[in-house]
Amino acid sequence: MNRPATSLLAGTRSIRWGAGWNRLISALALLALWQGAASAIADPALLPSPLATLQAGHAELMRGELIFHVAVTLARVAVAFALAMLIGSAIGILLGRSAMLDQIFNGWLVIGLNLPALVTMVLCYMWFGLTEVAATLAVTINKVPTVAAIVREGTKALDRALFEMTHVFNVTPGRVLLRVILPQLAPSLMAAARAGLALTWKIVLVVELLGRPNGVGFQIRTFFNFFDIASILAYSLAFIGAVIAIEAFLLQPIDRRLGRWRRA
Amino acid sequence: MTGLVLSGVTRDFPEPTARHVLRGIDLTIARGEFVSLVGPSGTGKTTLLRIIAGLDGGYTGDIRWQGEGRPRLGVVFQEPRLVPWLGLLDNLLLVSGPDKIERARALLAEVELAGNEDALPSQLSGGMQRRAALARALLVEPDFLMLDEPLISLDAALAERMRRLLNTYWRQRRTTTLLVTHNLAEAAELSTRILILSPSEGRIAADCGLPPPSPRSHNDQAVSAVLEDLRRITHGWPRPEDQQTRGEPGAFSRAG
Repeated sequence: MNRPATSLLAGTRSIRWGAGWNRLISALALLALWQGAASAIADPALLPSPLATLQAGHAELMRGELIFHVAVTLARVAVAFALAMLIGSAIGILLGRSAMLDQIFNGWLVIGLNLPALVTMVLCYMWFGLTEVAATLAVTINKVPTVAAIVREGTKALDRALFEMTHVFNVTPGRVLLRVILPQLAPSLMAAARAGLALTWKIVLVVELLGRPNGVGFQIRTFFNFFDIASILAYSLAFIGAVIAIEAFLLQPIDRRLGRWRRA
Repeated sequence: MTGLVLSGVTRDFPEPTARHVLRGIDLTIARGEFVSLVGPSGTGKTTLLRIIAGLDGGYTGDIRWQGEGRPRLGVVFQEPRLVPWLGLLDNLLLVSGPDKIERARALLAEVELAGNEDALPSQLSGGMQRRAALARALLVEPDFLMLDEPLISLDAALAERMRRLLNTYWRQRRTTTLLVTHNLAEAAELSTRILILSPSEGRIAADCGLPPPSPRSHNDQAVSAVLEDLRRITHGWPRPEDQQTRGEPGAFSRAG
């Protein structure tokens, strides 16, 4: 029997409500687990409770340190992420469109994918000194192969029939890129962006820990020296919160916008 | 407008299909001709179109365009090949550039799609998509127009109106046109010349000119005589696989 449209809408709404409740319950369960573990260990220096972590974060916030260091790290993530997406996408499209280039450079890509991030960081710092350029370069080099590999696979799956159409109608390459290639690559680019964001900020923290005078990574090293686990957790959670906000308020809306035609 | 000369065009498909699709096709299409290519499925009609359009380089033989440089092509593919994330108007402007927006709107109206400028292809029927593809091909004001069964999924009345549109367009501009169709009556109504591809040999089995006037009906006496001849030639050939053409007046396998 067909369900009336209003009933279907109500069903969709109840699924959304259900998902919201599930997420809330999941977050509360994690907090409860953390609180339970902290109570069982009963040593705030080893595992502070959620409340103690919140207090440590609040103190850092009041001193203006938390916002500053999170902002510095976010700026580094943004620059390295943008560079990696730009360079990686260009390489991925080239390799995906040219079988010859793919054969020549596939080995390079495999080496890049398997190069340990730590090695790149150490080498960049050794070659270029403990500078901002070295830090950004290290993160970008680590991320480019991942983006290129994802975009290359997406490019290989592009609709050939549409390229034939643009070929016979002699459509300009710029218009083909903007109106045919990039929209088709949107799912691959979004996948690369998500994987990239998750990877980039983790690498940025290590880069900061190794050789920068500010940022969340630098702060974590400082608090490590003082064995201040509450502050370490506070900074980590603040940064995770920032990344989740980027995902929820930037990446997901873009993803929905780009995929709108599929739902039409 | 431009003409075309094909000399000894041969296309073999490799393993696993391993078959000779076209064998030594010699063909001259003069400027301003409206040529229809008719034959059963699998005779290489679309392959020939793809070779002429520069989409299939695996042939031997020679293709020469008459005129200067590469002509501007307008192509209606067998499937509409509209960009799924662009509205109809944007699909048309993709091939022409934004300066032809008024002409694009007018063409959409001519193919009876006015009011659907912002609709995505997925929101339209197959027939509407085919008409949009036809409007796109006409928008570029081609020197050489190639139509691969452009009216196949349209109902009879709409197909008749689109045939009239094509005929008017051709009479006004004399654009050299190559139409692939299963339908002899359609070919007779529109063309100045009909080529029949044989089903097994990949060769042109018949090449006959059609008399003026144009537009004409397939019931005209002179046309009927040509159709009779062509039906005799195609008698006993396999029926077209496409359900859409079955039962249409003049579908080529309906011999005599």
